[in-house]
Amino acid sequence: MSGRAMRWDETLLPPLMALAIAAVVGDLLILAFGASPGHVFGLLFEGTWGNAYGFGQTLYKTTTLVCTGLAVAIPLRAGLFNIGAESQIAAGGFAAALAGLALPAGVPWPIAAVLCLLAAAIGGGLVAAVPGALRAKFGASEVIVTIMLNFIVLAFLNWVVAAKLHVPESLHTPEIATGGVPRFADFISIFHGSAANVTLFVALALAAKMWWYLFRTKQGYELRAVGLQPEAAENGGVSLGRTWFQAMLIGGAIAGAGGINYVLGYKHYYEEGFATGSGYIGIAVALVGRNHPVGIVFAALLFATLSQGGLAVNAVVPKQLMDVLQAVVILAVAVCVPEVRRVLRAAGGRAA
Amino acid sequence: MRKLLVVLGGLVLLHVALLFARPKGADASPATKRVRVGIVFDLGGRGDKSFNDGAYEGGERAIRELGADVTFIEPGEGSDREPGLRLLAAEGMDLVMGVGFIFTDDLNKLATEYPKTHFAGIDYAISTDSTGKVIPPPPNIAALKFREEEGSFLVGALAALAGGSKKLGFVGGMDSPLIRKFEAGYTAGVKHVCPDCEVIAQYAGVTPIAFRNPSRGKELALSQYQQGVKVIFHASGSTGLGVFEAARSMNALAIGVDADQFREAPGHVLTSMVKGIDAAVYDAIKRAQNGTFAGGIIGFGLAENGVGYVYDANNKAQIPDAVRAKVEALKAEIIAGKIKVPSTT
Amino acid sequence: MSDATAPAIALSGIAKAFGPVQAIRNASLTVARGEIHALMGENGAGKSTLMRVLAGMFRPDGGTAHVEGADVTGWDTADAIAAGVGMVHQHFMLVPTLTVAENVMLGREMTRGVALDRAGAEAAVRALCEKTGLVVDPARKVADLSVGEAQRVEILKVLFRGARILILDEPTAVLSPPEVQELWRVLRTLRANGGTVVLITHKLDEVIDISDTITVMRAGETVGRMATAGTTPADIARAMVGRDVALAQRVDTGVTVAPRATPRLEVRDLCVAGAERAQAVDHLTFSVQAGEIFGIAGVEGNGQTELIEALAGLRRADAGSILLDGQPITACTVSERIDRGLAHVPEDRHLRGLVLDYAIADNLILGRQHQYAGTWNLDFARVGANAAKQVAAYDIRPADAQLPARALSGGNQQKIVIARELGGAQFPAVILAAQPTRGVDVGAIEFIHARLRAARDAGSAVVLVSADLTEVIALSTRVAVMYGGKIVTIVPGDAATPLELGPWMTGAMRAGAA
Repeated sequence: MSGRAMRWDETLLPPLMALAIAAVVGDLLILAFGASPGHVFGLLFEGTWGNAYGFGQTLYKTTTLVCTGLAVAIPLRAGLFNIGAESQIAAGGFAAALAGLALPAGVPWPIAAVLCLLAAAIGGGLVAAVPGALRAKFGASEVIVTIMLNFIVLAFLNWVVAAKLHVPESLHTPEIATGGVPRFADFISIFHGSAANVTLFVALALAAKMWWYLFRTKQGYELRAVGLQPEAAENGGVSLGRTWFQAMLIGGAIAGAGGINYVLGYKHYYEEGFATGSGYIGIAVALVGRNHPVGIVFAALLFATLSQGGLAVNAVVPKQLMDVLQAVVILAVAVCVPEVRRVLRAAGGRAA
Repeated sequence: MRKLLVVLGGLVLLHVALLFARPKGADASPATKRVRVGIVFDLGGRGDKSFNDGAYEGGERAIRELGADVTFIEPGEGSDREPGLRLLAAEGMDLVMGVGFIFTDDLNKLATEYPKTHFAGIDYAISTDSTGKVIPPPPNIAALKFREEEGSFLVGALAALAGGSKKLGFVGGMDSPLIRKFEAGYTAGVKHVCPDCEVIAQYAGVTPIAFRNPSRGKELALSQYQQGVKVIFHASGSTGLGVFEAARSMNALAIGVDADQFREAPGHVLTSMVKGIDAAVYDAIKRAQNGTFAGGIIGFGLAENGVGYVYDANNKAQIPDAVRAKVEALKAEIIAGKIKVPSTT
Repeated sequence: MSDATAPAIALSGIAKAFGPVQAIRNASLTVARGEIHALMGENGAGKSTLMRVLAGMFRPDGGTAHVEGADVTGWDTADAIAAGVGMVHQHFMLVPTLTVAENVMLGREMTRGVALDRAGAEAAVRALCEKTGLVVDPARKVADLSVGEAQRVEILKVLFRGARILILDEPTAVLSPPEVQELWRVLRTLRANGGTVVLITHKLDEVIDISDTITVMRAGETVGRMATAGTTPADIARAMVGRDVALAQRVDTGVTVAPRATPRLEVRDLCVAGAERAQAVDHLTFSVQAGEIFGIAGVEGNGQTELIEALAGLRRADAGSILLDGQPITACTVSERIDRGLAHVPEDRHLRGLVLDYAIADNLILGRQHQYAGTWNLDFARVGANAAKQVAAYDIRPADAQLPARALSGGNQQKIVIARELGGAQFPAVILAAQPTRGVDVGAIEFIHARLRAARDAGSAVVLVSADLTEVIALSTRVAVMYGGKIVTIVPGDAATPLELGPWMTGAMRAGAA
């Protein structure tokens, strides 16, 4: 459907090249801070993949980033730039917490969890529906609207929590009575203490579902056509406005669903700023993952590793180093992917 | 294709080679038998010139004077706070500290998981049960609580006596019980020495952004100065930088918070309500080192020198001796328990 | 350095690749001084690429280039301009808000002190106009000019920089017949003054009209060089395509379609707003019967685009109604119109006709995707079967339905569109064919024309819009001329001639004045 099967080298070499470049740049940065790259990378590995706890934390962060990455990628496939995952995930988490607070404690957790998930998706979807509708109806730039909404929605949620819902001397709501989902640590004791929870499977299921939606359904066919060539899609009987609206709605709902990772899986309450930055890193995840659900899962894993690793090496190098390293990864991918592909195609063409 | 693989291989080799590079002075092996302490700051905390920097100073002093081995961690996002503490606890630190009330829940959780580790929380939030009774923190947590209202009371009295106006200003950061404590003490101090004085109290917002909004701080301060206020006490993090700027431009006075903020606007800082966070941190580390660390609520008020006001060469000229004497007398009365300073408005 | 006896241009064995695509290989071209030389070839044959190498825009991978005897292999545009080689591109590069004189001077402004010497510039341009016969007022704004005038400004710009060798890339694509005649007059004047002209084109009649010598390119190579005198269009076409082709001319298929009670397409009092004009289509009324090709001739920009888009449902009709087989479709969406039997071959296949990054198979169902899907899942087996059938039936090459449309030549891309729109189980009720053979090679033109005739004979009503007057006349049952959003005349196709239609197209003749 999406053209011929991709060549393995075109799929694998560009990201490998980008990682190699990022690693070398990282080495030089660490040296510039007067630390030893071997030591820092060792700590980074040890703190993320080297033990079950660190790995669990990495998986926890991966869960969030898969959701925000998809939330950026789906609209981007339709030609829209969703900068709003930041507020969509917050709204989703808030809606999940509200649902969890509203449900009586007697409701069995699986039912409550599903209801909270639905609430989260609706919460995130509503926030994304605004730019979607404004774009569809009036052609308003979704970039500007989503950025503005980030400010408005986050400020509003913070106000509601701070003024109406918070536990005294905290920035969070009361704990939800039911709907909390099991952590991995509940089944596998070595994950003890890590926040990784079964929400990971929800995120992976969403990624699989989105692959199916994009590449196997009529709706996905239309959505991608709108993103690639809106005029041709329009001529093919596709309503641009409706497709844009749907793409934003789906993206927002997925971002919102990402909110349950914290609210149901980790702390069981909504706290101001629980996913700060994950919406923006989602943009990087979508970019590095080439807007493909499979790529996004791997990109999310990469950025989660850098984020968790950043904490582990924080005692040795400033945390800004990890921020810089993330930026280097994004730049390296942006440079490598088209460039390496071009070289490979040229080489392939000569051989043919 | 082959060329690309060569480049890729070259980069990987370079990376592996660099892994063995060791700059001079890196990774000096830690000496044995030192007290090991981990401190986790709040999000984006370092560089706030008050709260988190105070904790950092306390840690640095412990390194210098006690030879303590102190590790600092700055979390990248909200969900990193607990992992930060956990990382330190799992390493077997003797003392793990969280800077800010926001760590309360995380500290509670870890204290039960690591009963043998000492924990300390600055501004740790004491919760109460439904009848209003205090729920004591786990035994291995030291809740370092400051009685900000006492220090605020003194600067309130000082402002009323030395400010030259019947109108006094207060700019708070996020409207929250913690900052209300400052306002309550300040207002009580003003009213104690000048019953017909008026306090104009305003807050920059209801969310934590209100602690990082200098332009809002300037706006509020300017409007207060224009209403006839001569002195403004701020308890608003970096929002207060705007208050100092307003004081400079209106040639008026402001009162700093947490640390001595004279340098922010020399000549326009009447005094500062200082919070001895560095001392509290240093003290906790010292106790951990000499084995006297104990959990429970540890209050820092005027009596413990945990709070106070600045009186030094910089602001001597602005505070008449009579005023100074009166304020010192009030301080003695509070320590003696003759004056009860309210902590809520 | 330059040798007075050497030819103006001598390219030998030029090769140039873009990534894996070998655009030209072993291309050679010799142009004598003071001649008008036509560079012929199908789209994608490499004509433009070869000329851009000459103009210094691309560096060749191999071969040598000489201009007036000097070796100029691998030079850049600045060198080319300095040596007197100038190229006029298909797409104009003018600043619409500046005057003609300012555009001509751009980059080499005349100044008096620091101030721009406006009067001096205008005088210089006016002098050049008189010398070359390129008539255009230097003081007018480019935005106010017609397409033909804007092209003259482009030529002036190049001449002003001292070009002795002028390269024109498909200059007549945007011109009406009288404007083409005007351009020929200018080129002949240039030749008379010792200038050399290379004309890139794929229109056979033009070449016979104007050129002295012809070089033909096919698939990136130069395959023939001939003197125009003594050559016939059929010879050139054979050289271009590599086989005998039927040229665009009226073909009597001998089929008559039984008339129906209602016309298949009826347009009543239609008004459509355009990007530039509020009344791009101005109270238009016409109808097309079954078995009829209704040709619409006219200079581009007279409302044809807006008319077709309104009929296809892509643009809102401000007033009036559209009926398909007697049923109003004015309020229908694009998709509903397709379902009712309206097919649309859009004028710009790169923009509207194809999703270039979609595979051929995917493009072959665009607009009909719901016929291949249930509520959700697309039936890829049927998509693939359809693709296999259409690729074979329409001879789409390369015959790999999983290739992206982008990888195909213009002609094969257009075949995808034609296969999709006309290749269903039965011919559609109404076919809107806008510029169906633009940028398409001679072989594909022949094929597309045959399909349109077959649809007509099967009872479809065809609306044909084309800038190519020969094509309109060759295919149409009736020919209408659009000018200023109105149909100014309708003549039977077998009686239409370019000379008769020309004045209507330029607005020189109006319905009232006729």
